[in-house]
Amino acid sequence: MLPNEIYDTLKTEFGDAVIEYNDQQPTDSFILIGADNLFDICHTLRDKDAFLFDYLMCLTAMDLGENVGVVYHLYSMTHKHRLVLKVTAPKTDPKIPSVEMIWRTADWHEREAFDLIGVNFEGHRNLIRILCPYDWEGHALRKDYVAPEYYHNMKVSY
Amino acid sequence: MGLLDRLDDPYEGGGIILGKVEDLLNWGRSKSDWYLHFGLACCAIEFMAMNASHFDFMRFGTIPRTSPRQADFIMVTGTVTFKMADRIKILYEQMAEPKYVISVGSCSNCGGPYWEHGYHVLKGVDRIIPVDVYIPGCPPRPEAFEEGMMLLQKKISHQAIFNKRKRLESEV
Ligand code: SF4
Repeated sequence: MLPNEIYDTLKTEFGDAVIEYNDQQPTDSFILIGADNLFDICHTLRDKDAFLFDYLMCLTAMDLGENVGVVYHLYSMTHKHRLVLKVTAPKTDPKIPSVEMIWRTADWHEREAFDLIGVNFEGHRNLIRILCPYDWEGHALRKDYVAPEYYHNMKVSY
Repeated sequence: MGLLDRLDDPYEGGGIILGKVEDLLNWGRSKSDWYLHFGLACCAIEFMAMNASHFDFMRFGTIPRTSPRQADFIMVTGTVTFKMADRIKILYEQMAEPKYVISVGSCSNCGGPYWEHGYHVLKGVDRIIPVDVYIPGCPPRPEAFEEGMMLLQKKISHQAIFNKRKRLESEV
């Protein structure tokens, strides 16, 4: 299936939860969905016979200024089609449902996104830092991040 | 060394070698260094080439150890992140005296490419443990590893073992 066909199917099933289909970008066309229904939509995408997206190729997060965004790249081994999903949440309260229960790949990817961008994946069973030390403060890839002066009595700057 | 030169004609001296015990011990120490390899990033990949048969690091008498308790020196090869810095410090403290440190590559010498924006990188491993030999490069060529190793051997073979304090006082 092509992304716009997938979009149409999802739209009839989930209505307003599927916000828009965008193919105007130079990148892959993507479907923007609302954070509230993310889990159900992903579940449908994985299990419905027409979709069967059994492979989460990549999950990544971005700092969009006011918002944080998360991008999902899906692939179906059976149908050999792919899809890009995007979801955003306000930076003040960056809550996004976790898809870790749907695709096990998401476990560490979501921990990475949490560690570096600070996205709060709700429902993740072990949302702890993965790259930075556990006692690190802040989320380092945010645009407004300021590195600490000292970490464990070691000077950070050159 | 001096010691080996006297072996040229051992019979002339009636099989007697004159030399300092210290030189003998240092000769042994410098030619059989066991090391703890702390490979952290791309420099450690270069170190693999160094360990393989083309460059054969073991001909310096070095043997890689997996325990700091058996190691004479620690080889820090690569980017020292703060997460790893704590661990390096612990491992260094677990090594038995006398102990040495070789810092390999720009990253562990001074932060390397991460010197400005590396919020997570320690800008030089010498900020947490004393370094004996710095090997510059990004990554250093195996020849540079060789020179670094020879410098460490040179340093060890000139060290005082006995009467350290007396000698230090006379030097002051
Ligand atoms: S000095 Fe260069 S080669 Fe070595 S670890 Fe750093 S970036 Fe990698």
